[in-house]
Amino acid sequence: MQTPAPFEYERATSVEGALAALERLGSDVRIIAGGHSLLPMMKLRLANPSHLIDINDLAELSYIREHDGEVRIGALTRHVDLLKSELLAQRFPVFRDAETVIADPVVRNRGTIGGSLCQADAAEDLSAVCSALKAQVVIRGAAGERVIGMEDFHVGPFTTAVGAGEILTEVRLRVRPGAGSAHEKVERRAGDWAIAAASAAVWTEGGTITDVGIALSAVGMTTIHLSRAEELMRGKPPSDELFAQAGEIASEDCSPSADGRGPIDYKRHLAGVLTGRALRRAAARAGGSATKELGS
Amino acid sequence: MNISMTVNGEEVSREAEPRHLLVHFIRENLGLKGTHWGCDTSNCGACVVLMDGQPLKSCTTLAAMCAGHEIHTVESLEVDGRLDPVQQGFHECHGLQCGFCTPGMLMTARALLDENPDPTEHEIRTAISGAICRCTGYKNIVSAIRWAAEHEARQEA
Repeated sequence: MQTPAPFEYERATSVEGALAALERLGSDVRIIAGGHSLLPMMKLRLANPSHLIDINDLAELSYIREHDGEVRIGALTRHVDLLKSELLAQRFPVFRDAETVIADPVVRNRGTIGGSLCQADAAEDLSAVCSALKAQVVIRGAAGERVIGMEDFHVGPFTTAVGAGEILTEVRLRVRPGAGSAHEKVERRAGDWAIAAASAAVWTEGGTITDVGIALSAVGMTTIHLSRAEELMRGKPPSDELFAQAGEIASEDCSPSADGRGPIDYKRHLAGVLTGRALRRAAARAGGSATKELGS
Repeated sequence: MNISMTVNGEEVSREAEPRHLLVHFIRENLGLKGTHWGCDTSNCGACVVLMDGQPLKSCTTLAAMCAGHEIHTVESLEVDGRLDPVQQGFHECHGLQCGFCTPGMLMTARALLDENPDPTEHEIRTAISGAICRCTGYKNIVSAIRWAAEHEARQEA
């Protein structure tokens, strides 16, 4: 029987209360939301917090809404709500692509976007999704709020910019015209972690790519941001040749390790193919209904 | 710590450690052995119970996190000797062999039919994709859930 080592438990009734508890309890304290990453780590003694602060009652952190040209997602929003959200499916369909293949429906009832991002597991899908969309995240501490980009959020494997005494509270996605996005993942069986996955977002205007975001899961120590491929694509018209070139860069710029899910050359190959596919679907969506709806 | 919740319609309150998992609270503190404890890693789905009507994996949830919530276990399905249509479906369609995965399958199926009373085969297979059965090959489980959907609709008509 696997049971976590002993710890003290308390339930937060407000974000301020959770911040005060973090401050009071010191560095060994962890926030728990869905718990589907943290509890397995605690069972294996990979995480040994002295205190857990349960934030599941903080309904104020569970929402998906559009506000001032941004879609804002509360950190406690669960995978099932991200999957079902029509607003996200319309604005950023990459979310529905990814949520269909994240874990299984029962796990998706519990896991949250904040927990997924803060776990900072390189194999996790939403980190790539948010990176490709160039999301900003809101981190709150006793001294107030700060907003940082996804490019600065993951500072290493399982490590984020969220400091001691701080909580991730919100993910912000800027709504821009001509947007399309898609997620492609290959897994060994339903509900498994990716062997490799690619998220892509494309913004087009007058047949030209004005901006693009590409990120990979499970093929490096952290989520991989493909900035070299993004640079290549900006200012060019979308084409299969361009997507293939970006795929080649993806194969070169990822750094997978060999494990039970496959050898390195296979994973590099997958990273390239999935990048090409994700870009093609993202660009097709950018040229489709999303543009018209935003323009109307 | 003292943990109170509603289990199968009854208010319960027990002393347990914060690290106590819901599956152990249900099995050991409450003595309800219908819920099975399987892989312990949220992969197999044998431990699925409903919290506030939604299925969750009780091996990866602390009992303390469920305090104040409403839990339903497999024991809640049969009422006054009458099997739930989902249970009857597993009986009719031979939806189990060894039976280890069955409590989780039944609760996952119950939650599916509560939300979607007429699921397609694909929707059923998606719903149970987080539940592993090593005996049946799933075919009879899918048939059993379809059986339950059809008979539930007939009962209500």
